[in-house]
Amino acid sequence: MAALEIFVNDRKVACESGATVLQACRAAGVNLPTLCHFKGLSEVGACRLCLVELEGSPRLAAACTLHVAPNQRIRTDTERLRRYRRMTVELLFSERNHVCSVCSANGDCELQELGYAVGMDHVRFPFLNPICNLDASKSEFAIDHNRCVLCTRCVRVCAEVEGAHNWDVQGRGFLSRIVSDLNQPWAESTTCTTCGKCIDVCPVGALWPKHKAQGQFEKRPEFVSELIAKRGRGRP
Amino acid sequence: MATTVTINPVTRIEGHARITLHLGDDHKVHEAYFHVNEFRGFEKFCEGRLYTEMPTITPRICGICPTSHSLASAKACDAIQRLIPTPTGVLLRRLAQAGQMLASHALSFFHLSSPDLLLGFDADPASRNILGLAAKAPEIAVKGVLLRKLGQEVSERLTGKKIHVLGMVPGGMAFPLSEEDRAALLAQLPAALETCQMALGILKGYIDSHRDMVASFAMFESPYLGTVGPEGALDFYDGWLRWVDADGGVLAEVPPQRYREFIAERSMDFTYLKYPYFKPLGFEKGFYQVGPLGRVNAATRMSTPLAQAEFREFRSLNGGRPVHGAFFHHYARLIEMLYCVEELKRLLDDPGITSTDVQARGHRNALEGIGHTEAPRGTLFHHYHVDDTGVLTRVNLLIATGQNNPAMNRAVLEVAKQYVDGERITEGALNRVEHAIRCYDPCLSCSTHALGSMPIDMSLYSASGEELDRARRS
Repeated sequence: MAALEIFVNDRKVACESGATVLQACRAAGVNLPTLCHFKGLSEVGACRLCLVELEGSPRLAAACTLHVAPNQRIRTDTERLRRYRRMTVELLFSERNHVCSVCSANGDCELQELGYAVGMDHVRFPFLNPICNLDASKSEFAIDHNRCVLCTRCVRVCAEVEGAHNWDVQGRGFLSRIVSDLNQPWAESTTCTTCGKCIDVCPVGALWPKHKAQGQFEKRPEFVSELIAKRGRGRP
Repeated sequence: MATTVTINPVTRIEGHARITLHLGDDHKVHEAYFHVNEFRGFEKFCEGRLYTEMPTITPRICGICPTSHSLASAKACDAIQRLIPTPTGVLLRRLAQAGQMLASHALSFFHLSSPDLLLGFDADPASRNILGLAAKAPEIAVKGVLLRKLGQEVSERLTGKKIHVLGMVPGGMAFPLSEEDRAALLAQLPAALETCQMALGILKGYIDSHRDMVASFAMFESPYLGTVGPEGALDFYDGWLRWVDADGGVLAEVPPQRYREFIAERSMDFTYLKYPYFKPLGFEKGFYQVGPLGRVNAATRMSTPLAQAEFREFRSLNGGRPVHGAFFHHYARLIEMLYCVEELKRLLDDPGITSTDVQARGHRNALEGIGHTEAPRGTLFHHYHVDDTGVLTRVNLLIATGQNNPAMNRAVLEVAKQYVDGERITEGALNRVEHAIRCYDPCLSCSTHALGSMPIDMSLYSASGEELDRARRS
């Protein structure tokens, strides 16, 4: 691919055409927070945490879905972006029922880390306290919708890597839920292969091996990324 | 004209409480009520969760005895999985429990109760606390603080957390104990043993010099409940439930899984704390005491030598029969504290304690599980029902302080009769009524699942509802 140059925070960065701004930034050592992005999976721009300012555009753009263009000038760390990112994390916390102290992923959770990273000391929005299900029908794993942030990593890894497409999204907006097959109990899915990749890529504690206690299991997201790389498919 | 005295809030206990005293026409106390005003409903919001999460959720009930909740929960999970924990898992669970019992008892005696004993019930409330004690007797306060710290350190070294313990799992424990941690804990035990013996010396000295007060302080007879192991030895972790009557006769000795055949609960309209009672004796006669005094009175012996010697001396106070009176909860607590240190030594000396075979693994094999253990404040039960996917459909937590609730009411009545006279609440009366409650070291945040810190409020009402006097401390 042809090389081109963009400007990240006034610094010249060389990258390949066709790359995303997120890839260019990370290659240049510029950190951008992400939640729905997972190395090797397709991008959906769902979490809105990697928003950047693009010179000439009044709108913010998600770096994971924005492709680089010659002499593009972007900013990744402005007061406006910091404000939006913190608000986004607060909204994620307020939308479902996140109780870190008793969560299986406590201490190994990307949402929790983001909370610290954006300096969230409290949530300014009313908690919605939705009534969400816990599906523990599967003998090995459980999914707790109280903790789901709808990043759809599980949907994508299942469809794009495992090829099973057990998971999908039902409903819209606030009422969206991850569903197994056609909204059946997980144990009744005819497509799930029980491979556990969704467990490894889940950024929070929504999917976990049900017989593991807090502090007793570690996710292995790098295992899935390595698997994708070895197969020579997926996005870098 | 009948009147009512209310003490609200009660200080230096865990939770929040209010006391009302009702005076009769003769201006003497006729009735006393210990009200617990908060409600948390922990049992209800655990429904719908996966049972294997409960050992992580239930320690959040309270920061004072989280290990007991986690342990009872893990044992209920063992029952749901029909699983026998590994021997090392059991050793580590026992270790965690002894550590927590030590921390809680040290907190109760040194931080909460000893200021009353060492500085006097009538000392200025502003300095009648652990800081006042530190000013007057720094060596005692420091040793007490260090003893509690050791108890918490056991939890920290075992599970990585001092307070809200992690690692209790169905089938044993999640984490092994390293040789380094074992050695570090063992090194602190001689000093801890010395502190326990010092505390016993202080208390026995107090009893000797205040014989009349101790003998009459909230004195009443009742049955007692405790857990006993082989040959009736006091056991915190496992064993059978034993109820004894006021003379020491065994009323029942049954496996904990049968607790519902012997314990019933009744709700009262003045408190969120239920009134449990020993079913075979009925509601009127069946209230019993748990906790240190319950355990030491129900047991036949202690399984460690120094605690056994203290146990014999203690029981000789009443000719070998159970010893009655709320004040003796303190005495029994200190015997248990000594036992905890000896038990820690026994467990840490066991070569199996550092094995990595810490957890047996299983799946849901039953729809119901009962977990039982001795919490610092008494016998604790966790009873879960699950559906066939392991999701909880019903949770019943029978808490130690709840079981002591009728006894606490009785103790308040007895002390109020002795120290409240007329229509005024004196400082000394307020302190003594409070102390009667503190003898039980009640933890209202878990028994009612209450929130917040704990002040006390005591009021005096007439029969017509007129408030005659009120003493409040925040």
